Amino acid sequence: MTFNRLLGAATTVAALALATAPTLAQTKFEFWYGLSGDLSDRIQDMCKDFNASQADYEIVCVSQDNYEANLQNTIAAFRANKQPTIAQISDGGTVDLMLSGAYLPVRQLMEENGYDINWEDYFSGVASYFATSTGELLAMPFNNSTAMFYYNTDALKAVGFEGAPETWEQVEKIARDLKAAGYDCPVAFDPTGQWQWWEQFSAIHNQPIASNGNGYGGLDAEVLFNQGKFVDQLGWFKKMYDEGLFVVKSKATGDTANDAFVNARCQMSSSSVADHGFIGKQAVEGMHWDVAMLPVWEGTERQNSLVGGAALWTLKGKSAEEYKGAAAFYAFIAKPEQAEWWSTVTGYIPVTNSGYDAMVAKGFYSEAPYKGRELALKSLTFTPPSEYTRGVRLGNFGAVRKEIQDAMSAVLFNNVPVQQALDDAATRSNEVLRKFEATYAGKTLP
Amino acid sequence: MERRAYYRNGTLPWLLIAPQLILVLVFFYWPTSQALYWAFTLEQPWGGGNSWVGLSNFLSIFGDGRYWATVGRSAFYAIAATGISMVIALTLAMFADRALKGTKLFQSVFVWPYAIAAPAAGVAFRFIFAPEAGIIGSINEMWPGIWNPATNGGHALAMVIVCHAWLGIGYNFIFFLAALQMLPRSLTEAGAMDGARPFQRMIDLQLPLIAPTVFFLLIMNLISSFTDSFGLIDVMTEGGPINSTEVMVYKLYVDGFKGLDYSGAAAQSIVLMLLVIALTFVQFRWVEKRVHYN
Repeated sequence: MTFNRLLGAATTVAALALATAPTLAQTKFEFWYGLSGDLSDRIQDMCKDFNASQADYEIVCVSQDNYEANLQNTIAAFRANKQPTIAQISDGGTVDLMLSGAYLPVRQLMEENGYDINWEDYFSGVASYFATSTGELLAMPFNNSTAMFYYNTDALKAVGFEGAPETWEQVEKIARDLKAAGYDCPVAFDPTGQWQWWEQFSAIHNQPIASNGNGYGGLDAEVLFNQGKFVDQLGWFKKMYDEGLFVVKSKATGDTANDAFVNARCQMSSSSVADHGFIGKQAVEGMHWDVAMLPVWEGTERQNSLVGGAALWTLKGKSAEEYKGAAAFYAFIAKPEQAEWWSTVTGYIPVTNSGYDAMVAKGFYSEAPYKGRELALKSLTFTPPSEYTRGVRLGNFGAVRKEIQDAMSAVLFNNVPVQQALDDAATRSNEVLRKFEATYAGKTLP
Repeated sequence: MERRAYYRNGTLPWLLIAPQLILVLVFFYWPTSQALYWAFTLEQPWGGGNSWVGLSNFLSIFGDGRYWATVGRSAFYAIAATGISMVIALTLAMFADRALKGTKLFQSVFVWPYAIAAPAAGVAFRFIFAPEAGIIGSINEMWPGIWNPATNGGHALAMVIVCHAWLGIGYNFIFFLAALQMLPRSLTEAGAMDGARPFQRMIDLQLPLIAPTVFFLLIMNLISSFTDSFGLIDVMTEGGPINSTEVMVYKLYVDGFKGLDYSGAAAQSIVLMLLVIALTFVQFRWVEKRVHYN
């Protein structure tokens, strides 16, 4: 009896040892990302699929909640030599990383590990944001998007507007009609949404954000947002806000713009195409809505919009085995079916031309619930990128964005004159840029 | 007779205090020395190099109007939060000290807020004060737009200060109650027999007698509002709207970790540290030595 038990135990141990032996040979590596909620769940699915698809590597995917926290934590980890192999870094953190020398260029990584990727296949907008001036991609394009305009078709119909608002003149008229018809919140406005309300506005109206071609020409760029069309645009925001046509919806008010829109409390809103999936799922029963490219002012020659989102950077200081794993993971997410799945469940754009064509051919974009997402591509590729629409290459760009948020809030809430608010923001932003330039003295953008 | 213990072995005392010393060195002096070094250099966010710039980081923060606004705001925050918290705690302690019905219950209930972590309280207060969804926000139904901490800086600052004060009440209450209960009963009873009402006894008798506790709490509360306000502000307002709730400790976080200006943040942390050291010095040198009545 006892002997049998012992024997049983011994066999179990042996069997376990055998079963776990292959896992021990696996190379584990970490991937830190800055998304939460539904998007985080989808990344976890992706990681599980990758682990199930092969036996040599195990990816451990860790959510750091948001891009900012992910950047901070990755930097802290890097300084302590505890960095993950892969980190998802958003558009705004690109320049800091480019100059740091803390990464392994993705092209080199893939070549060294024997993967043949057609780099020409990536969207020019994506490539110009995350590549060197000679066009070599430094990071793996991952989740990319652009800003869109969402509108409640029921409400617009109720005031006699059919179709999509294409100009700000139309938006203003619709907003006024909605207000007159008793709608409390015609347009949801979030002053922390400088990405859609400022950066994308500047791009599609071909307005410079900074000199040197938005900083691509060198670290001595100065911001230019306090001259040109954005000054009038902010003045228009103020007018709309004072008339109650723009209503502030943000985390601070306890009701975000997206929440207000999906619950039909606000009838128009601007947000990333990545929220297309969320809005589709969360929109209240019976509500009809649609999506359009961001409006422009009448008589504007529309330019392409800016790529938003993030890319995957491979950090230095890991073993060759871990890099092999990272390369295998990149190859996995670059597979057409994987790219299609990712784009389907989230709303992020397919990052390659062939991926997009395949989805069009399948009829993915022609029917609900995915209809409308193709407009993001249309917006991104409306014209070839100009000097001011290929991206923004400013150091510590997060601090500059904060200045714009503060300027917009100061104009709206504290009645600071538009020009004064933007001049102050520009002065402070230039101080940030000069300090950044001094911190990386003698270095040039790759 | 001299009561002193001697160690014959010279190394043993050092060994005994070594764990404490190592802790302090690793978790205090080492990071402080790093911050001090960074404050005089331009530090690259991802590491990899820095350059010596002398006092330039300090000159740039002292020449920045927004920094001085932050200093003024921190001072106001500290005084307001400390004042509110201590006055309410003292009042509650006075009541709980008197033998009223339910005193035992109140003595423990009033301490509870101290056990709540600041971020948790911040989330709760943010919800309570939310202009559109919260309980306080419901006054907007009666007078639209009267309360809006999302756009009105004054409202936002008041909201954070109230929450900070509320969190501190429990801590202050314990100290006040303990101090009051240490006073000999005979004193207040004598006062009562001479015809002094409770309020007069409080002003003329109890308050002067617990002055050491009052001063101790004053300093502790001031220090706490300079440093512990971070968690609350981060959860409730993130320094907004338009930086109107940005106090010194939050600005250095924003500049350092969000703006990736490690050097400017290091300089600010040195200034903040000097301020707290000065307050502590006042407490040790001035308060602990002089305010004694026994």
